[in-house]
Amino acid sequence: MAETSDTSGTGAGTSTGEGPGPAGAPAATAAPGATTGATIELENLTKHYPGSAAPAVDSVSMHIDAGELVVFVGPSGCGKSTTLKMINRLIEPTGGRIRIGGEDVTDMDPVKLRRKIGYAIQSSGLFPHMTVAQNIGLVPKLVGWPKARIRARIEEMLDLVGLDPGEFHGRYPRQLSGGQQQRVGVARALAADPPVLLMDEPFGAVDPITRDHLQDELIRLQFELHKTIVFVTHDFDEAIKLGDRIAVLRERSHIAQFDTPEAILTNPADDFVSGFVGAGAALKRLNLSRVRDVEITGCPTVTVDDPLQDIFDKLRASGTNEILLLDTRGRPYKWLRRGDLTRARGSLARAGTPVHDTVTRDATLRDALEAVLTDNAGRVVVTGRRGEYTGVVDMETLMNSVHELLEADRLEALAHRHDLAEARAEQTHHEQEGAGGGEAKA
Amino acid sequence: MNFLEYVGSRHQQLLVDAYQHASAVFQCMVAATVIGVLIGVATYRSEWAGNLATTSTSAILTIPSLAMIGLLIPIVGLGVPPTVIALTLYGLLPVVRNAIVGLRGVDPSLVDAATGIGMSRFGRLARVELPLAWPPILTGIRVATQMLMGIAAIAAYASGPGLGNEIFRGIASLGSKNALNQVLAGTLGIIVLALLFDAAYVLVGRLTIPRGTRG
Repeated sequence: MAETSDTSGTGAGTSTGEGPGPAGAPAATAAPGATTGATIELENLTKHYPGSAAPAVDSVSMHIDAGELVVFVGPSGCGKSTTLKMINRLIEPTGGRIRIGGEDVTDMDPVKLRRKIGYAIQSSGLFPHMTVAQNIGLVPKLVGWPKARIRARIEEMLDLVGLDPGEFHGRYPRQLSGGQQQRVGVARALAADPPVLLMDEPFGAVDPITRDHLQDELIRLQFELHKTIVFVTHDFDEAIKLGDRIAVLRERSHIAQFDTPEAILTNPADDFVSGFVGAGAALKRLNLSRVRDVEITGCPTVTVDDPLQDIFDKLRASGTNEILLLDTRGRPYKWLRRGDLTRARGSLARAGTPVHDTVTRDATLRDALEAVLTDNAGRVVVTGRRGEYTGVVDMETLMNSVHELLEADRLEALAHRHDLAEARAEQTHHEQEGAGGGEAKA
Repeated sequence: MNFLEYVGSRHQQLLVDAYQHASAVFQCMVAATVIGVLIGVATYRSEWAGNLATTSTSAILTIPSLAMIGLLIPIVGLGVPPTVIALTLYGLLPVVRNAIVGLRGVDPSLVDAATGIGMSRFGRLARVELPLAWPPILTGIRVATQMLMGIAAIAAYASGPGLGNEIFRGIASLGSKNALNQVLAGTLGIIVLALLFDAAYVLVGRLTIPRGTRG
């Protein structure tokens, strides 16, 4: 069935390849023919290893929407990896059902199933005896794509993960850095254009800086591709950064909370979750909002080309103490205070304090806060794509916005919890009503 | 007649013997490799089966070669058959052991990855596990070949082919003029062959071990 859509998928990624996509065009239309995500439903999924009393994974039920990035996070040994591996049946479940895209895959041929599910693991799992191109081309070859199409796809995938095809095509994995290997690992997982991608602590073995880059890359990829991704990690910060929703798992893969990062940060379900969230939830929350989400105020500006007299007039006319001097291309250049100009004897080149830190509208609030805190006047200039001035964020707006955000989160989480409680009450009600034969199960 | 004159006058016969010696070792080695790798593939996954394979092949190796050939003569007769059987059996141990060690030594996360991206059991073996286990297997083959070179000389006892004939003839006519030359020619011939084979294996390794896994 997949083949019919595959034939038109050859050039899918070229249009979405490099550069920032046009803001108005959703990625789904930018990549015609490319497979986007499929839903994943887990129903009472259980793994019971023979010889152990308690199941390793105990009756996990979960619905993951198409195109969603869900992160499983939990302490080591909580069964999150086992749960993940049951989705592509690397570990055969002993009970429960798995449905992908509505199709029950619990009993289908596991080899066929896995070819439709991308799989990326820690330390990349690249085959050292194959070149980068051979590694990426593996799954398309297994599925039986024609040679020319595989070749084109390899180039496309390398492009997609930000590696130059000409340079990396013929290299062996050991000739790559850890981060590059991981990129190739992701490229291999996506090569046959699977609707679902499973990632088992893929960035666990790379250094923090590279990990940060790879996470950004994954966010960008997901923005373009809209796959359904299940991502396992033990790093809660990584979970917050990547997840559309996060499933916090405790031992035996019991779901402690399954919700958006915002909700988990502001309203952890219980002590286990709040323990896992750790200290500084409000600070972590700042990572989830962008400068564009808060109110950006303006401030009086002048450009270096303006006659001095105009600058004086503006300074006097504005109620504030300061005025922002822009350079010829509209980029913030210097802060001018009253008196600066007289002190510098009318020379713009000597007057004022240079602007050293700016943020873009896409920067996180945490970055903005950092900039505001280090600025001696407690404000930071927001710049546009080409570095041009768009506004200013100061401590006060930042604080107000954060308070509003946290309050909104809290209300939303409360409402959500209310809904959940209601749903649960209804479920127990149903169970009790039909409890006649159901007691043996409990 | 000194040694060089002897070699000069008998070079035709020596070359035929050397060729037969090399050919016997080579063919038996091919058979031992195929059988050995198959045994390795069949047993590496289970602890006891792998151990059984290693133990039984090393038990074979402890049988003195002369005794082995002697035992085979009443069963399969004289000439080529006992030689081939004995050489193949002796060649098994290093191949089987290194195949098992090599296959077990493949990084489990790679096996996991191979399965995870949808390789069948056979595909995984052929494309991932055996290629990665190939360097140790090749080492096993190399060791086995060196060993067979020496053991093949004994085959002349069962009137098998090879340079052993030269040595046995020399020993049989000890005291005669050419006895020492004969033994020396046979022995040196085997050493030269062994070195040539070894050089060939280095070349084979260069050609068959991909750059990505070459140490």
